[in-house]
Amino acid sequence: MKKSHDIRRYPGFGTVTVLFFLWLYAPIAVVIWLSFNENRIVSVWTGFSLKWYRAALDNGPLLDAVRTSLIVAVVATAIATTVALMAAMVLSRNPTMRGAKLSETVVNLPLLLPEIVLAVATLILFSQLGLADGMTRLIVAHSTFCTPFAFLPIRARLQGMSTDYEEAAQDLYAKPLTAFRRVTLPLILPGVFSGAMLSFVISMDDFITSNMLATGGTTTLPVYFFSLIKKSASPELNAISTLLIVLSLVLASAALVLSMRAMRRDP
Amino acid sequence: MTRGKAVEVFKVSKSFGDYQALKEVSFTIHENEFFTLLGPSGCGKTTLLRMIAGFDIPSTGSISLFGTEIGTLPPHKRRVNTVFQSYALFPHMTLEQNIAFGLENLGWDKARRKARVAEMLELVHMTPFAKRKPAQLSGGQRQRIALARALAPEPQVLLLDEPLSALDLKLRQAMRDELRTLQRQTGITFIFVTHDQDEALDMSDRICVLGEGRIQQLGTPSEIYEEPENRFVADFIGATNFLDVEVLSVDGPRARVRTPMGIEIEAAQKGVSGPGKATLSLRPEKIGIEDQAAGEIIAGTVTARNYMGGFTHYTVETRGAVLRVSRRNALSQAESYAIGQQVRLGIVAGSARVLGQ
Repeated sequence: MKKSHDIRRYPGFGTVTVLFFLWLYAPIAVVIWLSFNENRIVSVWTGFSLKWYRAALDNGPLLDAVRTSLIVAVVATAIATTVALMAAMVLSRNPTMRGAKLSETVVNLPLLLPEIVLAVATLILFSQLGLADGMTRLIVAHSTFCTPFAFLPIRARLQGMSTDYEEAAQDLYAKPLTAFRRVTLPLILPGVFSGAMLSFVISMDDFITSNMLATGGTTTLPVYFFSLIKKSASPELNAISTLLIVLSLVLASAALVLSMRAMRRDP
Repeated sequence: MTRGKAVEVFKVSKSFGDYQALKEVSFTIHENEFFTLLGPSGCGKTTLLRMIAGFDIPSTGSISLFGTEIGTLPPHKRRVNTVFQSYALFPHMTLEQNIAFGLENLGWDKARRKARVAEMLELVHMTPFAKRKPAQLSGGQRQRIALARALAPEPQVLLLDEPLSALDLKLRQAMRDELRTLQRQTGITFIFVTHDQDEALDMSDRICVLGEGRIQQLGTPSEIYEEPENRFVADFIGATNFLDVEVLSVDGPRARVRTPMGIEIEAAQKGVSGPGKATLSLRPEKIGIEDQAAGEIIAGTVTARNYMGGFTHYTVETRGAVLRVSRRNALSQAESYAIGQQVRLGIVAGSARVLGQ
């Protein structure tokens, strides 16, 4: 890159960058900082302490909520990614198939509808069907709205991949399933992984639908959080938030490392 | 010499929606033949190759491989392998794994696979690169691995889809020779698709010229070049002068024609029934200029000159027609002719060809 076109040499580059990152991360930094505050009152710093972490990890309902969220997110991600992968394979390899455009729109529709509408609709549907089990309801609902998030990166990856590879595999005597397993899947894996990550995060983060469908034993983490805030702004919340931030960082780093490895393999 | 039929294409048509890519094409490819499908883009040559490979299914007609009908079989059930234009080497596998892929699917045991992979790497002079990934190779090396991968499972026929088009000029020439040698060494029937006439003339035992979804001519390279059967072939292969002539008389393979330049010449012909209007193809290198002029002599003025290194192309305006003439630069610059210079041109009997309608 020529020096004169280097964006880092533009006037004010440093200041703007610093301001931007402050704006983005200052609230998070405050939460992390306060999670170590010994004092119950947020605005008064009295000393470093890990007691809120201890309290958080001793909190039975909180741990239950984490468990519920994780189970729902893992199962919903698995279902959504599988469905999205199948849809993406069919739609990207048969673009002229009848109903292809329609199918694609249907897959992506949950992205366009306001979530509250979907949540209410899901709730009504489940009552009509008599589906009472809280966990099943959450998993079905989450799988649905996670599918388009899993679909988009997989689709993009498939679209960018020449069909030559699959044809070459079949030409070299691979049955369609073998060709998929040994050639197509490894090549689109970064896309599949991004899709899975995205749907995992979306599921973990969901409040509206989960709140609507929550039953006694199946409170997810965001729903539990919300109920806690309504009661009191306990510093325990800061500790839980910090733990969640750490978890997200670990997941995001893993995703980055994996996709960078794939990029190096396939320039 | 009688040879077995490797591939028989019989009345094959292919339509994509309203577009008819191929119209009732029939031909036979012999065993151990270097057969080229040549034509401009959109002529149907790639479609034809894809149907032999199994990636497309003919709309009508049949394709057989050594006597067995394969027209509707999926690609993995046909004993043919393809060298792709993009090479399509699997980027996540080493070269070894790439070459072994087909053998694994055929159920070869490990020892046999290993021996065959080594043999193939040896054949294409890539043994030291066995553990590399495709991304670490140059274009020519990828080409070699693509060939090795396709030849490894001992296909009955090898299909090559414009395999040289991604290489630079020097490498392309070297790979032509290498491909030809490989074909002789292995004795496998090669079906080669290209739009490059030089490649086709250089490498093929026989060429099938495709145009507008039909076979325009099928024959040896020299037949295609020297005896084009129609205007399409004469125009597509090499450069030529087309002249509107009047056929005066026909005598077997010869016809007497009156040219627009006013002279009468004797030309080769096929498919002309009797006197009437026709098109004459006269290759630039078959016209003698000045000291090389022989046969019927005409006078003209040089209006353009293109120096090509080995040859110089002249555009010469004569009474009645503008002719392209090319002269080999054999001796020295002294025999070059300037723009505006008066020159004598000569056309020898039989050097031009009357095209069938």
